[in-house]
This record gives sequence, C-alpha cells and structure tokens, in this order.
Amino acid sequence: MPRPMSRRGNVPEKSKDFKGSMKRLFFSLNRWKYLLVISVVFAFVSAILALIAPNRLSDLTDVITLGIKPNITENTIKDIMSSKDVSSSDKLMFSNMMKSMKEDSNIDAGEMYKKLDELPKSIYNIIKPKIDIAKVKSMTLILVFIYVISALLSYVQSILMTLVSNNYAKGLRSSISKKINMLPLKYFDTHETGDILSRVTNDVDSVAQNMNQSISPLVTNITIFIGSIIMMFVTNYIMAITAIVSSIFGFLFMGFLLNKSQKYFIKRQEELGNLNGYIEEIYSGHDIVKVYNGQKEANETFDKLNNNLYEYNRKSQFISGIMQPIMGFIGNFGYVAVCVVGALLVINNVISFGVIVAFMIYIRMFTNPLSQIAQAMTGLQSAAAAIERVFEFLDETEMNDESNFTKKLNVRNVKGEIEFKNVKFGYNPEKIIIKDFSVKVKPGQKIAIVGPTGAGKTTMVNLLMKFYEINSGDILIDGTSIKELSRDNIHNLFIMVLQDTWLFDGTIRENLKFNKENVSDDEILSACKTVGIDHFIKTLPGGLDSKVADSDQISQGQKQLLTIARGMIEDAPFLILDEATSNVDTRTEELVQKAMDKLTRGRTSFIIAHRLSTIKNADLILVMKEGNIIEQGTHQQLLDKNGFYFELYNSQFDTID
Amino acid sequence: MEKGDKMFRLLKNFTKKDWILVIICVALIAFQVFLDLKLPDYMSSITTLIQSEKNNIQDIIIKGLFMLSCAFGSLISAVIVCYLTSYLSADFSYILRQKIFRKVGKFGMEEVKKFKTSSLITRTTNDVTQIEMLIAMGLQMIIKAPIMAVWAVSKILNKNIQWSILTGAGVFILLLTITILLIIVFPRFGRVQKLIDKINGVTRENLTGIRVVRAFNAEVFQQNRFEDVNNDLTNTQLFNQKCFALLNPVMNLVMHFLTLGIYFIGAFLINKAGMMDKITLFSDMVVFTSYGMQVIAAFLMLAMIFMIWPRAGISANRINEVLEEKIKIKEGNFDSKTDIKGVVEFRNVSFKYPDADEYLLENISFKVNKGETIAFIGSTGSGKSTLVNLIPRFYDVTDGEILVDGVNVKDYKEECLNNKIGYVSQKAIMFTGSVNFNVGYGSGLQKITNKKIKEAVKVAQGTDFVESMDKTYESHIARGGTNISGGQKQRLSIARAIAKDPEIYIFDDTFSALDYKTDSTLRKELKKYTKDATSIIVAQRIGTIISADKIVVLDKGKCVGIGTHKQLLKSCEVYKEIALSQLSKEELNNA
Repeated sequence: MPRPMSRRGNVPEKSKDFKGSMKRLFFSLNRWKYLLVISVVFAFVSAILALIAPNRLSDLTDVITLGIKPNITENTIKDIMSSKDVSSSDKLMFSNMMKSMKEDSNIDAGEMYKKLDELPKSIYNIIKPKIDIAKVKSMTLILVFIYVISALLSYVQSILMTLVSNNYAKGLRSSISKKINMLPLKYFDTHETGDILSRVTNDVDSVAQNMNQSISPLVTNITIFIGSIIMMFVTNYIMAITAIVSSIFGFLFMGFLLNKSQKYFIKRQEELGNLNGYIEEIYSGHDIVKVYNGQKEANETFDKLNNNLYEYNRKSQFISGIMQPIMGFIGNFGYVAVCVVGALLVINNVISFGVIVAFMIYIRMFTNPLSQIAQAMTGLQSAAAAIERVFEFLDETEMNDESNFTKKLNVRNVKGEIEFKNVKFGYNPEKIIIKDFSVKVKPGQKIAIVGPTGAGKTTMVNLLMKFYEINSGDILIDGTSIKELSRDNIHNLFIMVLQDTWLFDGTIRENLKFNKENVSDDEILSACKTVGIDHFIKTLPGGLDSKVADSDQISQGQKQLLTIARGMIEDAPFLILDEATSNVDTRTEELVQKAMDKLTRGRTSFIIAHRLSTIKNADLILVMKEGNIIEQGTHQQLLDKNGFYFELYNSQFDTID
Repeated sequence: MEKGDKMFRLLKNFTKKDWILVIICVALIAFQVFLDLKLPDYMSSITTLIQSEKNNIQDIIIKGLFMLSCAFGSLISAVIVCYLTSYLSADFSYILRQKIFRKVGKFGMEEVKKFKTSSLITRTTNDVTQIEMLIAMGLQMIIKAPIMAVWAVSKILNKNIQWSILTGAGVFILLLTITILLIIVFPRFGRVQKLIDKINGVTRENLTGIRVVRAFNAEVFQQNRFEDVNNDLTNTQLFNQKCFALLNPVMNLVMHFLTLGIYFIGAFLINKAGMMDKITLFSDMVVFTSYGMQVIAAFLMLAMIFMIWPRAGISANRINEVLEEKIKIKEGNFDSKTDIKGVVEFRNVSFKYPDADEYLLENISFKVNKGETIAFIGSTGSGKSTLVNLIPRFYDVTDGEILVDGVNVKDYKEECLNNKIGYVSQKAIMFTGSVNFNVGYGSGLQKITNKKIKEAVKVAQGTDFVESMDKTYESHIARGGTNISGGQKQRLSIARAIAKDPEIYIFDDTFSALDYKTDSTLRKELKKYTKDATSIIVAQRIGTIISADKIVVLDKGKCVGIGTHKQLLKSCEVYKEIALSQLSKEELNNA
C-alpha cells in the first residue's frame, strides 16, 4: 500500500503544453471510450447519491426530533381537560403548571421535562411524544439502499478506471518497445539508454497512476462541490450564503498555499536531483577521491547541496502539512456560522432543526472537495508531463517504410560480391566523413578494417547493414543496389558478430537459436563443437538449458564463443566480424580466434581487425582515421607507402628509449 | 518485531534536542486531540440549545465562540506540530545523509565492493527519503493515533452499550478488510517490483543489442519477449489495484452505516425513554456519531502506520547496515618526511578477500627504486590490478607487508601516503567542473597552478583537444564526462596524476583505452617529464611494457617471472605465451 506515501512525494512536474497533452491523451484513450464514459457517469451518479443522502438523513433527524417534543398543543390540553381517565385534581394541577410555565419564560428545558415526567400516568400518556417508528424504518431502508448503491457504483467505476489505465499503460509500453525497432540507429547515438528506459517504466507508470487516481476523484469532487452549492441554495438560501461567505477566505488562503507548496516541491525535486548527481559522481570515483585527498572538498560541496535540500524539504513539508488542519478549521468555522444563523432561523420558525443538521453535513461536503480537486489537478499535471515525454518518443521520425520493395535476394543464391561505388557518407550532412569511396570485393574475400580507437571502424558496419543511409553513391550486393533491397533482406544476408557479446536473458539454447525457427539440437551442438564450446556447455548443470543470466558461470570469452556459434547457426553468405577480444584470458582467446577463423571460411568477410595475422592475410585492408578511409591496399602495399598504416603498425612495438 | 528494532536503532541518531522537540510534539498533539474531542461536546450543546426553542441566541453564540476557540487552538497547535515535525524530518534526513556520506567517504574498496556503488547511492538518497516521509507523515500519526483512539473510546464507552457495540463492529470490519487486503496484496507488491525490473531488463537488452537484434531480423522475437513480461506486469498490477479499489467503498459504507445505525438504534431508545432522558439521549446520539467517526479515524490511522512502518523499516535497515559497518582499514600516524623517495617494496605479500577461501595474490616480493618503471602483466584474474591497489591501501594485505619509502603503508597517515602517489584508474573518472578543476583535483594539496595544469595536459597528449574546446581550460566537463570521448577522459585523468607531481605513479591498466600511437607517444613524453618518478604499470598489451625496467608476470595470483622483456622471453613460459598471442616471432625479435 505505497499510495499514501507516494502521494506527498508526488512531484507536480510542469508540462510544456498541458492542454495539448491532455487533449491528445484523451484522444488516445479512444479505444476505451465506452468504459471511460461509464466510469465517469458512475462517478457522477455516486457523487449525486452522496449529496442526496444527507438530505434524507436530515429528514430522519426531523422524524426523531418530532418525537422528542412533548405534545402540548391546544388540542392535547383540551383532550386532557375533557378526558374521563384524568382525575379532577390532576386536571387542576396540570392547568396550574401550564400557567406557571407561561409566566416564567426563562424556565429551564430540563426542569420542564422533569416536571412533565412527574405527571400522573393518565396525563403523561396523552402528551408523551412518540417517534413514528414505521417512518424511521422506511427512511433507514432508503438510506441503506442509497449508501449501498453509491458504494457499488464507486467500486465498479474504480475497477473500470483501473482496467482502462492499466491497459492503456500496457499499450503505451508496447508502443514504445515497438517504436525502438522502428527508429533509425542515428536516434540512439544522441539519446541515452537510461532516458528511453525511464520513459518505458517511470513515465508510463506515472501516466497510469495519475490517471487512475485523478480522473474519477476530479469528477466526484467537482460534482459534490457544485452539487453541495446547489443543494444548499435549494434547502435554504440564507444558510447557503452563510456557508459560502464563511469559507471563502479560507479557500483563497488555501489557493495561495497550494501555489507556494507547488513551487517548493519543484525546487525540492531539483535539489534532490543535484544532490543525487553529486553523490553518484563521488561514489563512482571513490578511489580517485581517496588517493587525491578529495574527501574534504567533497564533504564541503556535499554539505552545501545537502543544506539546500534541507531548506526546501522543510518548507515544502511544512506548507503541505498545514493544509489539512487549515481545511479542518475552515470546516469548523463554517459549522459554527451555520449553527448560529440556523438557530436564529429556527427560532424565527423559518427552518426546521433538520435543515441545520443537513447543513452541518453540507458545509463539510462543500469544504472538503477543494483540497481533493487541487490534488487531482496536480496529478493530472504530472500525468501530462509524463505523457508528453512518451508522445515525444513515439513521434520521432521512423525509418523509411520498405513494405513496397519488390526486389529480394535469396540467401541460397547469393554469390557474395559487394561493390562500393563513390560512396559518400556523414553522420551529419554537413560533415561528410567518407568521401568518395570505391572498392569491389569478390566472393569469399577478406577485408580488414584497421585504425586507432574512435576512427569510425563501425561506420563500415553501419553502412553495409543499412543501419544508416549513405548520402550519395551506391553499395551493390551481387549487382543489386542496397537502396532497392529492404533492410530485412540485407540483414538476412549477413552474419554479424560484434565485440560486445550481446546475449539476452534466457537459456543457452534460446540464445543460440535466437529467432531462427526449426533448429534441431544436432545443428546447435555441431555449431558448438565447431566453435569449441561444446565441452563447456556439457559441464554446466543444465546443459543447453542453462540460463545465461547467471553470468558467474559463463566468462566473457565463453560468451564471445556463444555469439560466434549463434552466427554459425544463422548461416549467411556475408560476415561482419569485430575481432576485439578484450578481457579474455589467453587460453580462451586462442579458442575465440580459432572459432572466428572458421567462421570466415567461405564467406565474404568484413573484419574489424585487431590481430596482425588477420591483417596480413587480408585481401584488402581499409585504414581508417577520424571517420575517413585514408588508405587502402594489401599489407605489403601499405607498408611500402610508408604512410599512416606504416606508423600505426610500428607503434605497437615501439620502445620508449 | 525485528524490523521495528532496526527502526528504533536508527532513531538513536536523534539528538537530545530532537527528543525534546518530540516530547513537545506529544504534548501539543495531546492538547490538540483534547480540543478536537471537545468539539463534539460543544456541537451537542449547541444542538440542545437550538432544540430547546428558547430565544437564547446569545448562548448559542457564546458556545459557538467556545467551540471556535477550541478549533482555533487545535489549528494553532497543529501548525506548530507541523512546523516542528517538518523541521525534525528535514533535519534528521540531513544528518542521516551527511553521516552516510561521511561514512562512505571513509570506506575502503572492500566495503564499497561489498555494498556496491549503486546500492550506496540509493541508500544515501532514496532510503533516507523514505525515512524522512515516515517522520514527516508518520510521527504525527504515531503519536496521535493511540491518544485519539484511547481518548475517543473512553468518551463513548460509558455512554451507551448498543452504540458502542456498533462502533466496535465498524472498527472490526474495517481492520478485517485492511488485514485481508494486506495479506493478499502485500506479497504481490514485491512481484510488481521484480516485473518492473524485468521490463527494464528486456528493454535495456533491446537497446544495447539493437544492432544484433536488427542484424538477425529478430525484432518480432524480442517484441514477443517484451509482451510476455508486459502482460505479466499488467495482470499483477490489475489484480492489486482491483483489490485496493475495495478499500474506499468499504470505508465509506462503514462510516455511513455507523451513523445510520446510531440514528436507527437511537430512534428506538428515545421512543422508550422518559421525557427527561429523551433529550439527553438525543444529544448523546448526535455526539456519539462524531465520536464514532473519530474512533474509526484513529484506527484507520493506526492501520496506515502498520502499512508504512515495514517499508520504512526496510530502508532503516539498509541505512543501519552502512552506518554500522566496521571499516577494516585503520589510519596510521606517520606523516613526517622520509629520507628515501620513490621506493616501493613488497615483502611476501599475500591477499585474499575476507570471506574468500582462495588467495588472490600469494607471496609476492619485489622492490622498485626511484626513477624505475615496473610493469605487471598477466591474464584476466591474475591479480595484477589487485596488486597495485594494495599500495594506496584500497585493500590491506592479508599477510606480508608493503613499504613505501621504507615505511609500512599501514603506518602512514592517509593524506601523507596519498601525497606520494599519482594513481590513474582503468576507468577514467571525471567530475562535473572545468578542465582545470578536473586536472587540478584534490584539496589535500596546495592549489595547483594553471601553468602546471597546462604542462600536465600537454604531457598527457591532451593539449589539442582541450584547446579546441570552447573555453579551453575553463571548459565545462559534464557529469561523468559525457561530453568528451573515452580516450580524452583517459588523457585528462593521466594529466591529473601528472599535475600532482607524485613520487610514484600507478597506472592501473590506464593505457588500454588509448590507441597504440597515442599510447606510445604519451609514454615517451611522460618518461621525459618525470625522470625521477617511479612508475608502476599494469598492462594488457606487450607493447606498453616492453621497455620497462622490470616486468612481473602474474598467473593466478602467483609471480611466475620477474625480469626484463628479453630475459622473460627466454625464461618465462607464461610471458612467452602472452607475447606470442599478440605479436609474431619476428616482431618480437625486432622489438
């Protein structure tokens, strides 16, 4: 039950365009419009019932009060005087008593009732008040009915709202996840993983929660607020005006406080963010902070940030904390005002006592919704801010639609020829990094891509896989331009083994098969054997069904081997391979290298090369620097050139002296 | 309750002044409850006055004014209590955060590793916020609920047995509903958290493996995996929320039925009573409805506390763990000048993590003198990084001793030892601030001059990129150094060590992030600039260490060879294996 806690921590985030986002949010709820309408109607009706109930309750009170007052009217007095059951001395005593009561107007009510109780049975029975029990029963029954219906309606409507908000959230999560696959890779270069993740979880959650907690309370409370005003005026306008006037200043003051607390809450959240960032920085750099004696300075900066947070914490908590008591006081003030004015009216016989009882409830109904409406509005604000971030992501430009592409290369028939024809490319159109690159690769050839870190070796991968579109020129696979081929088709033609050993959270078998269907265990095992990881898999307690996530058991190198095996099972005519094997011990590295060599056999291969043996044996070496291909040729040709490659090659065994 | 115990242990961090404030709060809240419970009395006497049909408007106003002054008194004391609790909670969380931060600052690597950095961050912020919320909201409730419950109950107990039974039944139904809900739903809250982690996990997978997923055309495959978790999450959440949707209607029903029941029973009671009792009964009835509400409100508050308490208890426990952690590494006293400089000696050093069975390093001995370079090489897990981390005392040796300038590292005052060392970690650490701030980092030293920083950046091969930045040395480095590349970060962190002018450099696999060319130029420049300094290098690439004065080859924590490149090629099998996996025979001989 985290709700009561999170409520206060709920940051009223500011949305950029509240109206626009709300509008779009409601339009996107179209699928659930019937459920929503029913839910809103139910909330409305339940609020109306909540309003009617006090009226009935006051009627009930009236019935009861009627039964308290002694039946002393002209008629009953006549009845007593003419009754045969009452002795004449009693009649005399009674008329004397009546007389003395009329003379002494200041007589205490209690004293009077005491005297009445002492009257002889015969008289007492006539003037004794009686409550209309049958009426009480029927009224109670009506009220039970109203309360039960109201409770049922509010339960059903909150179930509906829960259904809508959770299914809506589920849909949003799906859309975001699908959208990830529709976006060009370019998008991910400029956006952080954490940011997208937080949209899938935090933002969607915030939309669902705030929707769930804001929409129906908003409907209910606005209905009750307006309804209570109407009911008050219908019941008695003087009392209504009294009630409104007595609470209006309180409302204004509340509005002022609310405004202030929102500001403090936003400030507090900012300060919390600052402090969080600083802590993260210092904790992550713990060793550096220690060795460079930075602790004292870190403490000082921390204290400063901590103190800022303290100030806003205190202020925002204080202001939001006093709202409830103030609300209570406004209610009490209204109560007294209503009682005093009501008493005046009762005495002047303008209203009955029941009206006062009703107003005692109306005044609470009138003052309570305001803080709830304010809270719901804050909730909607947060929802708007969150949905804005979700929509922003869903609105990003997608990759070109390729469903109308007709050309298709069949994996089985591809020869394995690739030609780069005057390729020009830049991640950013103003900054072309590959200028006019042309080369023809024959089937089965090995192309090594070399260059210092950050030279843009993955650019070649990006272009071949059509992860990015080239600016001009063309790349031809077996003579067909990749512009005419769908990305799906191109991806089918390539095996890709990258340096980061990406495996998903599943069993080894699932990872090796990946999305390929109808893969037999024999095929999987033979790939594992070729790669040389079969023995290791057998030693795992679960064999092929062992979970990859328990990464303690599977080393980095073994993961690398698994990705190679996965590539083998996929089987395609072209290969893209990143050779880097960092963080792998010498023994495994040998295994990995052997497996990689086997993978390149019979395939046209593009290798981001780190090993000299690969580089030397390559049919073509592309030397990259700062994103551009600056030299190309075989190992010997490039050495003879005495250029950048020569320098790069020799720097690995440079001695310092 | 064990969790409660943890909570109380955390409350030890309250100061005397805090406790005095808490006592004031208790008094004020008691006063407030007293006033709040007086209100129905006034309400009833006002009702009676109105009932009595006498022209006693003055009495009504007087009673009304009494009632209002009670309400106002209650408001004032509520505002003061709120002021005090918001001070208490904000102050307490300030102090907790500060204590945790200071404590973590004193942690050695062993403790950091034990807790994990990410967990330490949440403990310092999130967990403290939970406690803060408990105090801000809960403190008042914890004090108020019992006082109110007892007081309100005592007010109605002797009034009427039927009504009391009815109120008791209302409370019972409410508590029963809440208990049942909690029993059903509470375990599922944990499940929701796990499923959210899972959703995060699958999405993270899709993002980090985006190239692989696309290359394999596995988008639909991954989407299906996502939908599985998505369905699971939605269903669990739906179940929880459907259960909780019950709470509000039940609460309202109980409250309304209580009022209604009191009236209904009241009608019969009044009907039977004598005239005198009728009036008393009627005003009692009106009063009873308000007290009945108060009793229910008090029990609701109690139920709330039971819901918040365990959650805060978990946080309290996590905070206690940090605050009560015993720090293994104790600071020494030595902070005078040493006669010899730049000498590091290991004497039969062995190391294992406290809970581990196996030694990570076994019986390592070597000595490196002023101006020399010593390098450590070996496969992953050979212990080379751990070995150099023992010098600045990130960990303490299990056996043997390490001497820096002839003094055991355990005897040094932390600052004194640190001043001798220029350490560069494998992962470059950048702080938010300017280039100058980052390179000149560390307040334990006198301020490093801008000239010195410029020089250091130049040696570290960073001049080109730093001077091409907007404000050159005053350029802002974003949090985590995200606005510069990995190689640039590493160069700045090397410059940081150089600017410090230490006697001993420690490069913990620093050069792997640089390309061969930058690596070799940088080391050449460094050698020229720091002729007198001792260098201790951990490396993966043979090229990086080929010219070191001494190379120590580690294999599974044992030293399997010490010597120069040439010597080791002849004498050490492991070294030869490593060398051959990187360079060909001719190349090795050429070197």
